[in-house]
Amino acid sequence: MQISLVSVCVGLLALGAGGCATTSGAVAADESPSAAPPNRDAQPFASTYVAPPAPTVLIRDASVLDGEGREYKNADLLIRDGKIAALGGSVATPPGAIEIDGRGKFVTPGIIDAHSHLGVSASPTFSGTSNVNERTQPNTAEVWAEHSVWTMDPGFSRAVAGGVTALHILPGSSNLFGGRGVTLRPVLGAVTVQDMKFPDAPHSLKMACGENPARAYGGRNTSPATGMGNFAGYRAAWAEAVEYGRKWDAYAKKLNKYEKGDRKGDKPTPPDRDLEMETLKGVLDGEILVQWHCYRAHEMALALDVAREFDFKISAFHHAVESYKLADRLAAADVCSAMWADWWGFKLEAYDSIRENIPFVHAAGACAIVHSDDKFGIQRLNQEAAKAWSDGQRAGLDISRGEVWTWLSLNPAKALGIADRTGSLTIGKAGDVVIWSGDPLSTYAVAEQVFIDGALTFDRAAPGAAPSDFELGHDHTALSR
Amino acid sequence: MNRILLALAALALFVAPASAELVLIRGGKIVTNTPQGILEADVLLRDDRVVTVGRDLPSSGATVIEAQGRWVTPGVFAAMSHIGLSDISGSGAPNDATVSGALVSAAADVARAFNPSAASIAVTRMEGVTRAAIAPESSGSMFDGRGALVVLDGRTEAVFAPRAFQVARMGEEGADRTGGSRAALWPAFEAALADARSYPARYVSGRGGAVLGELDAAALKPFAEGQGLLLIHTDRASDIREALRFKAANPKMRMAIYGAAEGWLVARELAAAGVAVIVDPLANLPARLETLAARLDNAALLHAAGVKVAIAPGPDRVDGNQARLAPQLAGNAVAHGMPWDAAFAAISRVPAEIFGVDQRVGALAPGRLADVVIWDGDPLDVRSAPVAVFIEGRQTPLVSRQTALRDRYNPARR
Repeated sequence: MQISLVSVCVGLLALGAGGCATTSGAVAADESPSAAPPNRDAQPFASTYVAPPAPTVLIRDASVLDGEGREYKNADLLIRDGKIAALGGSVATPPGAIEIDGRGKFVTPGIIDAHSHLGVSASPTFSGTSNVNERTQPNTAEVWAEHSVWTMDPGFSRAVAGGVTALHILPGSSNLFGGRGVTLRPVLGAVTVQDMKFPDAPHSLKMACGENPARAYGGRNTSPATGMGNFAGYRAAWAEAVEYGRKWDAYAKKLNKYEKGDRKGDKPTPPDRDLEMETLKGVLDGEILVQWHCYRAHEMALALDVAREFDFKISAFHHAVESYKLADRLAAADVCSAMWADWWGFKLEAYDSIRENIPFVHAAGACAIVHSDDKFGIQRLNQEAAKAWSDGQRAGLDISRGEVWTWLSLNPAKALGIADRTGSLTIGKAGDVVIWSGDPLSTYAVAEQVFIDGALTFDRAAPGAAPSDFELGHDHTALSR
Repeated sequence: MNRILLALAALALFVAPASAELVLIRGGKIVTNTPQGILEADVLLRDDRVVTVGRDLPSSGATVIEAQGRWVTPGVFAAMSHIGLSDISGSGAPNDATVSGALVSAAADVARAFNPSAASIAVTRMEGVTRAAIAPESSGSMFDGRGALVVLDGRTEAVFAPRAFQVARMGEEGADRTGGSRAALWPAFEAALADARSYPARYVSGRGGAVLGELDAAALKPFAEGQGLLLIHTDRASDIREALRFKAANPKMRMAIYGAAEGWLVARELAAAGVAVIVDPLANLPARLETLAARLDNAALLHAAGVKVAIAPGPDRVDGNQARLAPQLAGNAVAHGMPWDAAFAAISRVPAEIFGVDQRVGALAPGRLADVVIWDGDPLDVRSAPVAVFIEGRQTPLVSRQTALRDRYNPARR
């Protein structure tokens, strides 16, 4: 899901945005402008994340779960130039490498949380500080979660201490279309959200089924008040987005003709930009990934039909407590389910939650993800996976420890469109690696060291000062992690 | 008529064993929760009680259950929960855990609201939780109301200690409801206790209470006179100190602290005062300004200082559905430095001590009620689950509406 820099730049030029401000730069001179849709922009608020300098690190004789489903005993893992460079029986020590004794330890890819509100629903919480729901109208596809992120949320450092190396920050679920989500690196002490943005990760569009939007708006005598209203709202917006896309396509055609020298009449003027529609059009163009909050099976089935009607792809259903009821269909549609291990009963649509949801989805061949949606849960997603795994075992499903780790790294990476760069210990991928004190499916294991792009980001043995400015200077905070 | 008979027949399944029933759990790793510690031994149950724990106990006349080396423990005691107070906590569904308005505060009595048939009971019990302390939450008063102790075997008379404790919120939230300031909260709290102590005279005389209505004063009276536990819900170190000063001035008062996120900062004072705490080992974020010093090893540090520590979800996370996660909380306390025995006791024996029922439950010792769980692994490891749960000597079924749904959709059974 790489976004082509070329088309991004062209898109901006078409908008008269004054050139392409990327380092890679040049628009090929012979490339004809295609009036690319203006929403092809990871470009405004572009990532300024720079991976810190990373030494060469060789972890020796560890148990390794590679994130692709395999487990290795007594394996060596080499991280060089910030990337996974070797994984195997006995890797030769490159000059200058830092060697880490991995005996008794487990090594895994970093955990990727596909559903977090860190930064937007930050600690501490006051009645006036929630930044997670733009609860003003049912379609706020124009808002971006990253504009709400407080980078100093103390939750980021806690998440890293739990082995998290990337996370997707979503708007809340009050609205049918909640806005754009953003994938971040948990860069501790980052001053700007741009410094945390995972380079070239696609945006997502947060959508929401069920109780939340109907509750948020029904009480105000505004649609939606019911499931019917929810689906009418989705379809009306997608229909409008299709029309919006047609306008831009028509404009592109005219412009193309004009640029090729067919200059009857004036240079065509672009349609008015509509930021809400830009986001939806980005989905229709396959550049923005739909993350759809949806608990219940019957609503997921309807949502799949909406996607079919308007020809877009749903990347993942989130929360998805009833995915086990239609796991076969989710597998066929290639839609992931991002789930809790055992949350239930906190509302009616979570009443049919079972502890085996995740393993049942996995067993159907569908993409299963363990997500947190919670500032505490994100700190121990490995334990959530362990609970789901053991409940699956007891229900008769034999799933290996190696496969379990796909729920925590490769599958969320896939749902976020970054699986080509992270999510497993595959040669050439980012050096996003966690060294665990023991089997990470045990309650007692803790992340000892966490590497992001090969750089040591968390070291339990040397915690240092609190990275959040907010926590600095309280006399107890140096000890408080 | 038929319906009644059917209902009786269904009940009979659960009430099954005849009197003088002997059960021998043989060859387990027995967590006694007594000075005996953890033993490779047998446990003999007669009717609703533990007879003894020991090696090579006689099996004659007993139903023998081979533990095969598995962990055998007292039942888990949820030290704080809303279990049985709602079927669904959100969605606008009725939730008896929350009390609003000014009509009733200290007088709220969850013993009157507990539903032993709530779906959460079976869901929770099959994970090894046999007893729970339940409390209401008020949105209008510093007093949440009267909590109760319940047994989770589904019996109709499940409340075994009604009105066992009174919860008072002596931090940000309590202050918010009492003039917006701790400066008003403590004087109001002390005036409320004075009102309660002078009930009914003050009310009969027509003077009325300084802060409490008659109903609340009557309800608070036993707690103001040291006959019930005052559970002070507070987190900030300075608030805990204030509570300890109050305790020192009122030595007859029985008190424990719920929350205590910054408890480690005042661990020695808590230990010296003999005041127990109920803490959440996962609470490591400054969720509120009064928890700036929250940290993962709070439980371990408090225990090391000699404080009696129970473990339960904290004020920000307590609910009616997930009391079953108590072992995970305790396991995380172990991961961050608490000794295993202390962590297990923190979800079994210590809650029983705090609520004054440790002569009945919380340990595998002669004469204790036979709440016994056999586990398929280390009970504090998230991968483990019970293979058998006894409550007062009766084996309870390991089923719930969740397992019914599981069995309907299990791909391994198709």
